[in-house]
Amino acid sequence: MSSQTATHQHGINSISTFGFWIFVLSDFILFATLFTSYVVLSPHTYGSIGVRQTAGLNYVFVQALLMLAACLTYGFGIFSMHRNQKGITQFWLLVTFLFGLGFTLMQWHVFSTLYSAGYTWHDSAFLSIFYTLLAAHWFHVIVGLLWTAIIFIQLFLQPLTTTMKTRLTCLGIFWVFLNIIWVVIFTVVYLMGAI
Amino acid sequence: MLESALLGKLTLDAIPYHNPIIMGAGTFMGLCVIVILATITFTKRWGWLWKEWLTSVDHKKIGIMYMIVAGIMLLRGFSDAIMMRTQQALAYGHHLGYLPSYHFNEVFTAHGVIMIFFMAMAFIFGLINLIVPLQIGARDVAYPYLNSLSLWLLVVSAGLVNLSLVVGKFAATGWLAYPPLSELAYSPGVGVDYYLWALSISGVGTLIAGLNILVTIIKMRCPGMTLMRMPLFTWSVLCAMILVVISFPILNMTLFMLFMDRFFDTHFFTSTMGGNPMLYINLIWAWGHPEVYILVLPAFGVYSEVISCFCKKTLFGYTAMVWATIAIAVLAFTVWVHHFFTMGAGPNVNSFFGIATMIISIPTGVKIFNWLATMYRGRIEFKTPMMWSIAFLITFTIGGMSGVMMSVPGVDFQVHNSLFLVAHFHNTIIGGVVFGVFAAITYWFPKAFGFRLNEAWGKAAFWFWVVGFYVAFMPLYVLGLMGMTRRMYHYTNVAWHPYLVVACFGAFLVLCGIISQVIQLIVSIKQRHKTRVGNDPWDARTLEWATSSPPPFYNFAETPTAVGRDTFWLDKHSGKKKAAAKYEDIHMPKNTGMGFIIGMFAGVFGFAMIWDIQWLFAVTGVITVLLVLIRTFNFKIDYFVKASEVKAIEAKASGAK
Repeated sequence: MSSQTATHQHGINSISTFGFWIFVLSDFILFATLFTSYVVLSPHTYGSIGVRQTAGLNYVFVQALLMLAACLTYGFGIFSMHRNQKGITQFWLLVTFLFGLGFTLMQWHVFSTLYSAGYTWHDSAFLSIFYTLLAAHWFHVIVGLLWTAIIFIQLFLQPLTTTMKTRLTCLGIFWVFLNIIWVVIFTVVYLMGAI
Repeated sequence: MLESALLGKLTLDAIPYHNPIIMGAGTFMGLCVIVILATITFTKRWGWLWKEWLTSVDHKKIGIMYMIVAGIMLLRGFSDAIMMRTQQALAYGHHLGYLPSYHFNEVFTAHGVIMIFFMAMAFIFGLINLIVPLQIGARDVAYPYLNSLSLWLLVVSAGLVNLSLVVGKFAATGWLAYPPLSELAYSPGVGVDYYLWALSISGVGTLIAGLNILVTIIKMRCPGMTLMRMPLFTWSVLCAMILVVISFPILNMTLFMLFMDRFFDTHFFTSTMGGNPMLYINLIWAWGHPEVYILVLPAFGVYSEVISCFCKKTLFGYTAMVWATIAIAVLAFTVWVHHFFTMGAGPNVNSFFGIATMIISIPTGVKIFNWLATMYRGRIEFKTPMMWSIAFLITFTIGGMSGVMMSVPGVDFQVHNSLFLVAHFHNTIIGGVVFGVFAAITYWFPKAFGFRLNEAWGKAAFWFWVVGFYVAFMPLYVLGLMGMTRRMYHYTNVAWHPYLVVACFGAFLVLCGIISQVIQLIVSIKQRHKTRVGNDPWDARTLEWATSSPPPFYNFAETPTAVGRDTFWLDKHSGKKKAAAKYEDIHMPKNTGMGFIIGMFAGVFGFAMIWDIQWLFAVTGVITVLLVLIRTFNFKIDYFVKASEVKAIEAKASGAK
């Protein structure tokens, strides 16, 4: 296995995608730390609100649908990439961006509603970890959006080269990662909180 | 108002004029920096420094730079050690010693942080960078630019720790900054902020570096180099890097939560409003225990290489060694509670973690016996690296056994946070990691620089270090059993005093060892024309010795093929003649200043965060992110070295011999 030849199968650099996949796994650990802290600290509301007063399950379910939709449309984009249809890939990137943006705005709404009602992260250990966990995911989604936008722009400057295909593949891994984390948040924070 | 807008919390009072020890040390460091900068300017080396080193993405040069940082930080951390030993030798009964309590607390915190993060980690990553790509027959690491970035993130965070000496103060909380002591309520100054930002920045760097090396080992081995043919150093590094990738996110997140507590007034670890300090202690050790294996596993790898090389035997029980390494890596995540049995998690939990801890000694024992069996009937050459290895076998076994003693929760309740513990972990980290690093430096120095280190001074250093180590730390075991707790700037029990005087004497013996090492380096550089070596000065076994010393920037003119374990040894003794070389164009990464520049901005960002200089952290934060993004728009990051050029370089190298 010569590292210089075997790694460029299908026009995608397998070293980069493998490395990015490992990075995503390490990011899972980062969230595992937050989830552990959430489980430990969530009963400690210290007289302030608990998770049931933060956002309704229906609202959060819509957020979950937006995340899943973004992931699905990104998958369509990857299809077009493999067929070397640059324009259509860009179209699906745009759609993904809009779904992701919708999610981000809904999340912002949750934060601002809570904050303006006077429930801040100072109030209790629960609110500290609640804000931090959700903001960590939110921040990752924003990075995903920025990255999608950057690749969208770069595709005007570049054809679908090996580099660009590799980046698109990595971003795909990232969107799936964002979805998985949201599913765990949905389960651990909202569903378990509703019991 | 204007001042605080411009400089945040930073005022002239931050500089401790009244403290002669700190000002003396600070002036000395300042003078050293000025002398170095003046020398570079005087010899007109700035361009050379920038082109050949600061912007280099060559893994060998990055490795050497890591080791230089580690060496400097060893001196810094060791001077802290000498200060503590002297203080404890002086401050008994009605004597108060020369360090005020607060300063003593800063010193032991800085000692721990520096020795683990900036000495041991930097040495280990230096060795890994220098050797692993060569051992697997690769031309570079998977992400050369990120490799350079990791280095500079480490350098700036080491800089922040040293800066805290003169500008402001360092944490006085112990090296893991346990809350609630490290919370704003109890540590209001910038000390803990220095701690948090130095460790966060270097933590990100370490995570990137770990990822990089992991991908390199998995993806970039030369043809024929199957996993079970990899040299043991590479194997142990692979396991250690898996630990890095799994454990460093925990550290980064935990420190971030402590930062949130201090900066945004959250309540993760506070003692009020529902916060839980024990959560921090669990999380930090969920990183911290794997961390000690991140340090010691590569050192185990070094001993495996050194012992088989200097016994002229293939390593005994290769497969068992590999599985023992993997077992240690897995078990590393199952023992963190043994650092705080006294938390009171209950007998069931403590028993589980106690037994898991004892189980780790089994794969470790397998390793010890394999090394002994390798030496058995070997033709042992008592060169310095081999002597360090033998000292390791004895010292580490003692340290390991005192560890097993403390893995019994009942015993641990007695000696928890006593000097017994301090003796134990120095016994394993000095006996395991530091001796391993010294063995590795002597062993691979000729590969990196093309000439040997002086043996006589090396042996002098060896004896001073080993004897000094025992004299310094064996009394601490006794003191621990006598009930002396760690981190005391003053004590009233005069019965402890004689032991602490002996320990202090031991520390000065180690100082002689370090002085010998500095002399060794100077003497070796002076004699370098007489001690030039070829590819293979030790008659060694693995691929890194197949290329010239120092290796060309592309490592191997032709991609090597591994024919078995110890492939270079097999090649040497196969009796086959080498076919004439056929050179091809070599694909290499371009140098880039981006790693250096991003690192510097990250450092200034950290400084601004520590002192709450809002405009500065806003500006540097945005610039750092922008630079990372700009880099992604650079599509011309590599080039080809022409075959004819390779031929010329190789001809010159073989002509020089």
